[in-house]
Amino acid sequence: MKIHIPTPLRSYTGGLETVSIPGGTVDAVFQQLTVKYPDLKQHLFTPEGKLRSFVNVYLNDDDIRYLESKQETAVKDTDELTIIPSIAGGMNL
Amino acid sequence: MPTTIEEIVLPKLSNDEIARYSRHLILPEVGMEGQQKLKAAKVLCVGTGGLGAPLAMYLAAAGVGTIGLVDFDTVDASNLQRQIIHSTATVGKLKVDSAEIMLKGLNPYLNVVKHNTMLTSANALEILKDYDVIADGTDNFQTRYLVNDACVLLNKPNAYGSIFRFEGQASVFGTKEGPCYRCLYPEPPPPGLVPSCAEGGVLGILPGLVGVIQATETIKLILGIGEPLIGRLLLVDALGMSFRTLKLRKNPDCPVCGPSPTVTELIDYDQFCGIEKPTSVGPLEVARDKAVGDHPIVEGIPQITVEELKRKLDAKEDIFVLDVREPHEYLIANLGAPQIPLGEVERRVSELAAQKNREVIVHCRSGARSQKAALMLKQAGFTNVSNLAGGILAWADKIDPSMPKY
Repeated sequence: MKIHIPTPLRSYTGGLETVSIPGGTVDAVFQQLTVKYPDLKQHLFTPEGKLRSFVNVYLNDDDIRYLESKQETAVKDTDELTIIPSIAGGMNL
Repeated sequence: MPTTIEEIVLPKLSNDEIARYSRHLILPEVGMEGQQKLKAAKVLCVGTGGLGAPLAMYLAAAGVGTIGLVDFDTVDASNLQRQIIHSTATVGKLKVDSAEIMLKGLNPYLNVVKHNTMLTSANALEILKDYDVIADGTDNFQTRYLVNDACVLLNKPNAYGSIFRFEGQASVFGTKEGPCYRCLYPEPPPPGLVPSCAEGGVLGILPGLVGVIQATETIKLILGIGEPLIGRLLLVDALGMSFRTLKLRKNPDCPVCGPSPTVTELIDYDQFCGIEKPTSVGPLEVARDKAVGDHPIVEGIPQITVEELKRKLDAKEDIFVLDVREPHEYLIANLGAPQIPLGEVERRVSELAAQKNREVIVHCRSGARSQKAALMLKQAGFTNVSNLAGGILAWADKIDPSMPKY
């Protein structure tokens, strides 16, 4: 399935905007994603493995936190995951 | 919100105003009554920067009667790439004064209320309470959570927008029926995890795009027309030129707008966002990213001045200078030092193995990134690492005035 990587996290995916990972469940896809791009992990998950509270993940148009099976939700190859971190722009040091 | 305006007697339009707003008046969805609602409306723009600039200008042009402006900053030449409410002639002026000149020039019927202050927990409720709609165009998390919470507590809609490089977000928060910013993001990222400053910067027209969306939402809220972005998040991608809206839900456990709120008054937002209080010496970004001043030792890393570096270079001392900025920054100005961007230091530390026991001086633009890199090197066993205080900007200020500052 296609995963949309937002600009602030693209430096951890070698600049890629979208990454393709075979389906399964949301959790399994993220497992594979963070194995492929280990630097992403700490930006998405707490050390306990919980999705960080300033990151939202949408499966197609729905927030995974509100899906019945949450991160265990099964995904198809045609589904899309979008990562939406909180942003604050214009910063420039 | 529109009901509060309808309760009061709507102000009449003069013949000159009728001529000015003709294209609104012949639009049935606005018409005379809508234009009078706009004239009666009071909108607070938090920030007159990239987002606030086009936002306030379109609101002024549209005939919003009162626009409040909150900003404590002065106009800098580097603002003009996107903050079109300011101009070359107003560089150095207070932003609220500069913005007023542009807005009143655009529409003399407008009433501008200037709040030349930093919005804080102490003054936010007092400032926000007189306005019908709040438009948050701030660039930092502390103010964003502050504005969000204040809007929820005062029951005011918040036309929100934010941007990062080529991406934007917009929504309407703070209404009774819809979610608030905390429903979307319960907590801000800790300072160490915000995208590094190396990835800062913004395409100048992007805040124009997003600020105009905020203005559109504000006008719709005042007129009571269309479907505001309540419960929806608009994602703007300027490079792909794609617009997506995602459903937002009200979080039943939201500490501010949920049924059993735990935040019932404004809190300390600097503490909430894990940053030190902003000081008078620098902008919020400096406080957040902990740019390092002239302290001799910070977090175990000696801070060396540009004068000291110059002396060492002139004396041909055995030092190794490392530049941890991004390649595109090197092209703007450099000290000729080898370069490893901060984000790659950890991975590429082996390339520096030969320097482990040499005196290593790390530099970046202003001294914040290089401090982080110096800490990493120390952690990796480097024995003599120091940070160039003030970075290449200080070098341009004190050693080489011909060097461009960016």
